[in-house]
Amino acid sequence: MSGPPVYTEFHPRWYRKRMGTLWWVHRPSYLLFALRELSCVFVAWFVIFLLLLIHAVGTGKRDYERFLDWAANPWVIAVNIITLLFVVLHAVTWFNLAPKAIVVRTRGSRVPSSFVAGTNYLAWAVVSVVLAWLVLRT
Amino acid sequence: MSRRRVEPILWLLFSAGGMAAALLVPMLVFLFGVAFPLGWISAPSHGHLLALARNPATAIVLFGLCVLALFHWAHRFRYTLYDGLQIKHLNGLINVCCYGGAVAGSVVAGIVVFSIP
Repeated sequence: MSGPPVYTEFHPRWYRKRMGTLWWVHRPSYLLFALRELSCVFVAWFVIFLLLLIHAVGTGKRDYERFLDWAANPWVIAVNIITLLFVVLHAVTWFNLAPKAIVVRTRGSRVPSSFVAGTNYLAWAVVSVVLAWLVLRT
Repeated sequence: MSRRRVEPILWLLFSAGGMAAALLVPMLVFLFGVAFPLGWISAPSHGHLLALARNPATAIVLFGLCVLALFHWAHRFRYTLYDGLQIKHLNGLINVCCYGGAVAGSVVAGIVVFSIP
């Protein structure tokens, strides 16, 4: 105890332990978090893929067939299978988090989280069926 | 000042894009990325898809999906780099690349989706 304490007008900086770059591989829950965050890269890849498809369809029949041939390349199929896994991970984690983000109250009591998540999954199913019908109907 | 005004909009775009991607992308990538290329289901005819793409409602949905999904990517990827890689000194560059990429991609999406003859 020597002299009066020193005050500053600024908030003190906490001591923060330095984390390694690979901190997220050490626990399954951290790894799942990192994979969930990485799903956005595959969402972006899908936007590129979709725009290539729309452009090919708009340009003409031959370009559309060329697009289908390109999409049948083993590496493109592999990327798209990985994309499918990641977007399903995104969708499931997203809908499971929805009850925490969407708090609905009716007559003073909170709507149960299973109902909020359930309606999200139902919407997913309905949208998927409508999309498949739109694309596949002849 | 501007940061405080922009940040809620970015989170809103992130949420909207996450919802749009979760609802629409799994079925689309299953059909066009996996099922048609592997021959599980025969791909739709060019005429059918062209009629679908020419429909203004489809065009608006596809454009909205592209824009929101790109901003969803930008926001989440920014934070993935921020949390995951400890490169906070590059924050400014990362933000410009992420959101700038989303804006550029949105422009391209608008041209592609709305220029179908």
